[in-house]
Amino acid sequence: MKILVPVKLVASIDEDCELREDGRDVDPDFLDYELNEWDDYSWEEAVRLQEAHGAEVEIIPVTVGPAEAEDGLRRCLAKGGERAIRVWHDALEASDPMAVARVIAKLAKRENADLVLAGTLSSDHGFAATGMCVASLLGWAHAAVVSRLDISPGAERATVRRELEAGLEEEISVQCPAVLTIQLGINEPRYASLRGIKQAKAKPLEVVSHIDLGLEDAEVGESGSLSRVRRMFAPERGQAELIEGTPAEQAARIAAIVKQATGGAQ
Amino acid sequence: MVVAEHRRGELTAATLEVIAAAVELKQAKDMTVAVAVLARDPSAFTDPVSVAGVDEIVNATVPVSEFQNDIYEAIVDRMIDARQPAVVLLPHSIDAWGYAPALAARRQCGFATDVFALKYDGDDLVATRAAYGEKMHVELDFCGKDTVLITLRSNIYKPIGGASTPAVTNFEAPVVEARTVATGFIEPESAGDVDISQAEFMLSVGRGIAEEDNIEQFEELADAMGFTLGCSRPIADSGWLPKSRQVGQSGKTVSNCNLYLAFGISGSVQHMAGMKHVPKIIAVNTDADASIFTIASYGVVADMFEIAEELKNHFD
Ligand SMILES: Cc1cc2nc3c(=O)[nH]c(=O)nc-3n(C[C@H](O)[C@H](O)[C@H](O)COP(=O)(O)OP(=O)(O)OC[C@H]3O[C@@H](n4cnc5c(N)ncnc54)[C@H](O)[C@@H]3O)c2cc1C
Ligand SMILES: Nc1ncnc2c1ncn2[C@@H]1O[C@H](COP(=O)(O)O)[C@@H](O)[C@H]1O
Repeated sequence: MKILVPVKLVASIDEDCELREDGRDVDPDFLDYELNEWDDYSWEEAVRLQEAHGAEVEIIPVTVGPAEAEDGLRRCLAKGGERAIRVWHDALEASDPMAVARVIAKLAKRENADLVLAGTLSSDHGFAATGMCVASLLGWAHAAVVSRLDISPGAERATVRRELEAGLEEEISVQCPAVLTIQLGINEPRYASLRGIKQAKAKPLEVVSHIDLGLEDAEVGESGSLSRVRRMFAPERGQAELIEGTPAEQAARIAAIVKQATGGAQ
Repeated sequence: MVVAEHRRGELTAATLEVIAAAVELKQAKDMTVAVAVLARDPSAFTDPVSVAGVDEIVNATVPVSEFQNDIYEAIVDRMIDARQPAVVLLPHSIDAWGYAPALAARRQCGFATDVFALKYDGDDLVATRAAYGEKMHVELDFCGKDTVLITLRSNIYKPIGGASTPAVTNFEAPVVEARTVATGFIEPESAGDVDISQAEFMLSVGRGIAEEDNIEQFEELADAMGFTLGCSRPIADSGWLPKSRQVGQSGKTVSNCNLYLAFGISGSVQHMAGMKHVPKIIAVNTDADASIFTIASYGVVADMFEIAEELKNHFD
């Protein structure tokens, strides 16, 4: 069983960021990157499956992103897996979940994968869309927001739990091959060992472009997307009254508000 | 066109919000609003979706009582073929996460998720959503696509009152192979813990707490203040506090809370879903741009440990 795990570096904004000249995105100089939180969980789930079934299971982290995105792949390889794939080309800039999904679906086909474990959501843009777009392109069964996964190599069906609202869950049986999006808390992701981090540096990391995968420029980037950013802007700040001063002064003010609300009753 | 959502026989609250958004759009652009109901017995939902402004209800009888993604995807796809709606609105809900993107990919229609504002600019539908952890907003358009599929954030549009008597149409639903089969619900564990949905005063801690060992300090502070201790999801996922203490979409809504103290919580949409209605919110966060400040009544840009240390002195 071959498991493809798409992972993404998510961007967060520095204080006082500036927009790009076209006003449609933040100037990349003001962005910091880290691995999407959800991808820690999906990779951990893959590593556990690999450990449970040994050579029967191969796990491959893949990312669509520029050279910096290799950090995320190395971070995965430090915990398990023997190789990784990164896809990039300038034409992939400004891809929405649909355009990214085209690339991932092509990779899944090329690799003959049996299972794709994506994250439920990305913490920067929060689309909650990429995994299900991949499923549609592959024509595979799918389930989103998976909080428990039970699958064996070669099995025709997997048993999964989906997390619904307010702690309610649903158990479903899913036909394989499948695309699942993994939810936080499905497992406890391990920390990479120093030895693992060292070994990861030597593991092969293949770099390809969308063209190598048989996609045209028009199928990726903005032209391959289902929406287009017109403009980006900083939202109006709320009406929060700022409590300023030293921590002692701030705490005194909070205490006063608290005591007023609770009627000073202790 | 709106696709209604229901769970265990109840129409979801988010469906009524989405209907409100559709009615608002209809007024801007001279359209009609149809609500699609996919259910074993769609007529059971006729009353609840017959809201002022709804012109038509389109019923599709399906062989399952609960949501099933292949069935929803295929039937809504056929409905779009047959009816060619300009806009299809769904709640940005767990169920929609499981099929809306697949439907958009299948149709290659315009698509955006977690949208919280919609308007027309000439003939272009313009949708607003957040980016970079809610710190930025973006306006999207859809490059002239004939149909645009949108999932709408909850708690933005207010359900409209007033009933109507929409025309009811039956839609001949295709037979669909369901590749996933639901085998049952698993109820949340009702641990013998306090019920935070009843608490009047809450002090919640988020990932800013950094380490499990730091929980105790906030437990003591909450006790001293007469507050109930709650948390954001990462704290519950790590097992530092029981799941029953988690505030938010997949945790609890603090319905009875009057004063909510958020320590080291960034203010994700999912956390705010459980507490943004609280009349008084005090947020303590080192990041002046944290989105929790957009809904807080009082903002304290400071280290939560320093504030907690000082606060303790006021509640001996
Ligand atoms: C389907 C679904 C359901 C979900 N349900 C929920 C839910 O019910 N509840 C929930 O909470 N989340 C939920 N989440 C997760 C949610 O998306 C966020 O991941 C989570 O809310 C983040 O928690 P946080 O704010 O504690 O952590 P972070 O976002 O990491 O924020 C930590 C904050 O602490 C601040 N900080 C750091 N150090 C300090 C310090 N010393 N002093 C003061 N501030 C400090 C930082 O500036 C930051 O703003 C759900 C997600 C999904 C996909
Ligand atoms: N550029 C990318 N490269 C690899 N995987 C991605 C990328 N973007 C999104 N994903 C996958 O989609 C998930 C997030 O979904 P979304 O919220 O739709 O962006 C991530 O956890 C990844 O599994």
